[in-house]
Amino acid sequence: MNAVIELWTSLPVVIQIVIKIVAIMLPLMILVAYYTYAERKIIGFMQVRNGPNRVGFFGMRLWGLGQPIADAVKLMFKEIVIPSGANKLLFLIAPMLSIGPALAAWAVFPFDAGIVLADVNAGLLYILAMTSLGVYGVIIAGWASNSKYAFLGSIRSAAQIVSYEIAMGFALVGVLVAAGSLNLGDIVMAQEGSVMHWFWLPLLPLFLVYFISGVAETNRAPFDVAEGESEIVAGFHVEYSGMTFAVFFLAEYANMILISALSALMFLGGWLSPLPHVWVDGVFLLDDGFHWLLLKTFFFMFLFLWFRATFPRYRYDQIMRLGWKVFIPITIVWIVVVAGMRVGEMPWWFN
Amino acid sequence: MMGFEKFLFYVFSVFLIFSAVMVITRKNPVHSALFLVLAFFNSAGLWLLAEAEFLAIALVLVYVGAVMVLFLFVVMMLDINIAELRAGFVRNAPVAIVVAIAMAVELLIVVGPQRFGIDVVAAPEPRPAGYSNTEELGLALFTEHLYAFEIAAVILLVGIVAAIGLTMRKRPETKYQDPSRQVTVKASDRLRVIKMDAEEKAR
Repeated sequence: MNAVIELWTSLPVVIQIVIKIVAIMLPLMILVAYYTYAERKIIGFMQVRNGPNRVGFFGMRLWGLGQPIADAVKLMFKEIVIPSGANKLLFLIAPMLSIGPALAAWAVFPFDAGIVLADVNAGLLYILAMTSLGVYGVIIAGWASNSKYAFLGSIRSAAQIVSYEIAMGFALVGVLVAAGSLNLGDIVMAQEGSVMHWFWLPLLPLFLVYFISGVAETNRAPFDVAEGESEIVAGFHVEYSGMTFAVFFLAEYANMILISALSALMFLGGWLSPLPHVWVDGVFLLDDGFHWLLLKTFFFMFLFLWFRATFPRYRYDQIMRLGWKVFIPITIVWIVVVAGMRVGEMPWWFN
Repeated sequence: MMGFEKFLFYVFSVFLIFSAVMVITRKNPVHSALFLVLAFFNSAGLWLLAEAEFLAIALVLVYVGAVMVLFLFVVMMLDINIAELRAGFVRNAPVAIVVAIAMAVELLIVVGPQRFGIDVVAAPEPRPAGYSNTEELGLALFTEHLYAFEIAAVILLVGIVAAIGLTMRKRPETKYQDPSRQVTVKASDRLRVIKMDAEEKAR
């Protein structure tokens, strides 16, 4: 064990950081791949179908567990078609602009007490900035494709993302007022106690607004007008094929996982155990730990799929109305309420 | 490490100047807008080097994440005729040159070498690692500069209200929907079932 630590500290800082990045990215990419599998299986179950069940490993079917790998290999070997009249450079940059911020946001994400790649003070602000950049991939893709459907999709998406970002930002303002810090690790520690101390209770309206805005921000059902199949074929990525399409797909799922993980972190106490600390101190699996964060994240990831199987798509004007006339007023009012609770040192949460 | 920071400074600066030049020389307005995004990014990088992390992230969040998206939105929707824009170039050039020179001189007077530089303004003390730029900024804004801050906020609010007031016109062809009335509608409001005898077959 000592030899391993010695080897680790002898490495240059740059190499250490690269190893840490790989340690975050690799499980994340595997999770994205199997999230698509889970999506098809769960929605299949909800609609009384089987879902993918053919591709397995070593001649065994294994409930179709090999499906994501097969999909990835298929997409990698497909031809990338660049439409005539498309702006080639921007057309190829767009998917990268989509996935870049989705992955960069994980840099400040704490996975357990003290386990974080970059423990910056303004972590929450950084995450908000990164998630707001994802829209460029969509806009540029739609414009560079030189296709009416793609362009309509990107214009819809841009308007929607900019609208919901405001509600999302205000919800996060509530969180930082409650926690008194922009550092994600400190935000979790401010929720210490038990399930009743987590921020979901005092910030309940903000919690709901944040998660619903997150669904809208990632262009997922029921807010997926950016790719409304019945009207504009596939929206902004209609002209993309092969790996360029796969990168958009990866970015969308990585963003969904990010929103789920952030909701778990900011409103459900991150890696904290739901039981009071004195009961579970040192008890295996019941004590605070990464597995709690994972469990909470999986819960939100499941909600994304549940929404998609349940709700019909919103009408466009209703999406705008919900964002501007319902969510933003709710968040503004609740920020004032939270500030009042904080100043008045409301017992239980803010004392 | 100082050397590496200097290297980063020059990388960001060169990219910033390059993209700023591209903004005003590109023919396609969408390309110009995208280069402006790149310019914002590089200035955010410069601010990070100056240990102003709050301002750097706010620049990316506000300008890149929101303002430029709306900019692109408008530029992509408009059908800008470049030939028409060019037509006035020669006629307006003398005025533009005079304005440009005046602005350059003004800038030189305000931030010229006689007012800036290590020998005029001492280099600020490097802050310790735990120093929170955001907290300091918030404290300064809400104590020392509270009035200025609130006045700026009110001016912005007036601007928003004015912009909406100017652009919101009730036109006869515009249709508004009232969702609360839409959801309370019943089948009997829209559909009338009439009982009638079967008609004789036409010959």
